[in-house]
Amino acid sequence: MYDIKAIYEAESVEDAVELRLAHPEAQIIAGGSDVLVQIREGRRAGKELISIYGIDAMRGVSIDEEDNLRIGSLTSFSHITNNPLVKKICPVLGEAVDQIGSPQIRNIGTIGGNTCNGVTSADSASTLHAWEAIIELTGKNGIRRLPIKDFYIKAGTVDIRAEEGEIQTAVLIPKESYENTFGHYIKYGLRNAMEIATLGCSVNVRLSPDKRVIERCRIAYGVAGPVPMRAPSAEAVANGQAPTMALAEAFSLAVLEDINPRDSWRAAKAFRQHIAVEMAKRALIESVKRAGGEIA
Amino acid sequence: MSVQYKVVHCNINGRAVERTVDVRASLTDMLRNDYSLTAVKKGCEVGECGACTVLIDGETFNSCIYLAIWAEGKHIVTLEGLISPEGELSDIQQAFIEETAIQCGFCTPGFLLTAKEILDADRMFTDDELRKMLSGHLCRCTGYENIFRAVKKTMYRRQGKEIDF
Ligand code: FES
Ligand code: FES
Repeated sequence: MYDIKAIYEAESVEDAVELRLAHPEAQIIAGGSDVLVQIREGRRAGKELISIYGIDAMRGVSIDEEDNLRIGSLTSFSHITNNPLVKKICPVLGEAVDQIGSPQIRNIGTIGGNTCNGVTSADSASTLHAWEAIIELTGKNGIRRLPIKDFYIKAGTVDIRAEEGEIQTAVLIPKESYENTFGHYIKYGLRNAMEIATLGCSVNVRLSPDKRVIERCRIAYGVAGPVPMRAPSAEAVANGQAPTMALAEAFSLAVLEDINPRDSWRAAKAFRQHIAVEMAKRALIESVKRAGGEIA
Repeated sequence: MSVQYKVVHCNINGRAVERTVDVRASLTDMLRNDYSLTAVKKGCEVGECGACTVLIDGETFNSCIYLAIWAEGKHIVTLEGLISPEGELSDIQQAFIEETAIQCGFCTPGFLLTAKEILDADRMFTDDELRKMLSGHLCRCTGYENIFRAVKKTMYRRQGKEIDF
């Protein structure tokens, strides 16, 4: 038995917005793989919950009228990984969320929950940053969209306005991000299953038609700072350059100007910096290969 | 506040059922306490060990971190549902015995349901894929190798092949 004060079950998005306005203190629960564990630990015990898990309209992947890849916030990780559109358009996202927890956790965990937690180690977060995802929130005044980098305010805090009755309803990957773009995600952890990332690194590139120039490179990290972050200095090094081994080296060293990992029991700051460089290099090389290019 | 209840209708091991449950109950609580399906084990109760694994609409879930009220309208399979009406063991259970994939047995019901999901996909997986698919379970006794073999052997048998370890 969980120590829960009350549960309000939303059956539709409108329902959820109303419940949120009526119970501003209540905690939203999607798949619950974090919230229920926190209740068990006592951290969120004795609170009211609004369950949105039953809102089937918030599940599924599609291409919307603006050509965004639209992922409903309640879509489970395993459904994202196995989705044909994701496999075709942004396979790296499916690969990233396939490294979360265990198979059972990937069946219950949702992309909305993974981002709304605001934790830096979320396996989806670095890839969503590197692909400049848009977060869609629905509240009493309708839909609000914001870039994922603005959605994350600080560790554990995201821009969702309870007073507006907001819930996150979708994660969008714009066409400008996915068109002709190929990426790779690397998670560093001490074991493969049931592990929180020591560091996560997601890179993607768009090559020129002749594959000789990196037209656009994007890189983002999880656990390299209090919230997931891009590494703009490294991107500037790679943009417009030929994909060579020397470039990969220079690119990867430049990430040190951007990232700010900390010491924790999981790993020392110096170790995180060290692997950040190596992961950037490997992820760039793999991204270039996936884009059909060759590293000279 | 007073205790909140809800009637939950679902299908468990092929039977349509309904019960009034406390909204604070986990699916593990409901299956064990209301339906006496005690093959659903309580290990960690925080989604780490897989002992409480059940199939919901064909996918594996840790029932300890699944609210009982979410079971409304769902098809749930527990280990009790693997046995034939005549009481015969399923092929995967038989393979667990042959390969000595059981010692204390606490992890076994969960492993068997994940194995069922794997086998029901009706295709061959590589060793690495199998290991990854089985990685949501902790076993303190067997060292996993025998469990892996039991699953692999049954996967081969279902494709009409035999495997010699
Ligand atoms: S008892 Fe549910 S995962 Fe351990
Ligand atoms: S047989 Fe004892 S935990 Fe697996």
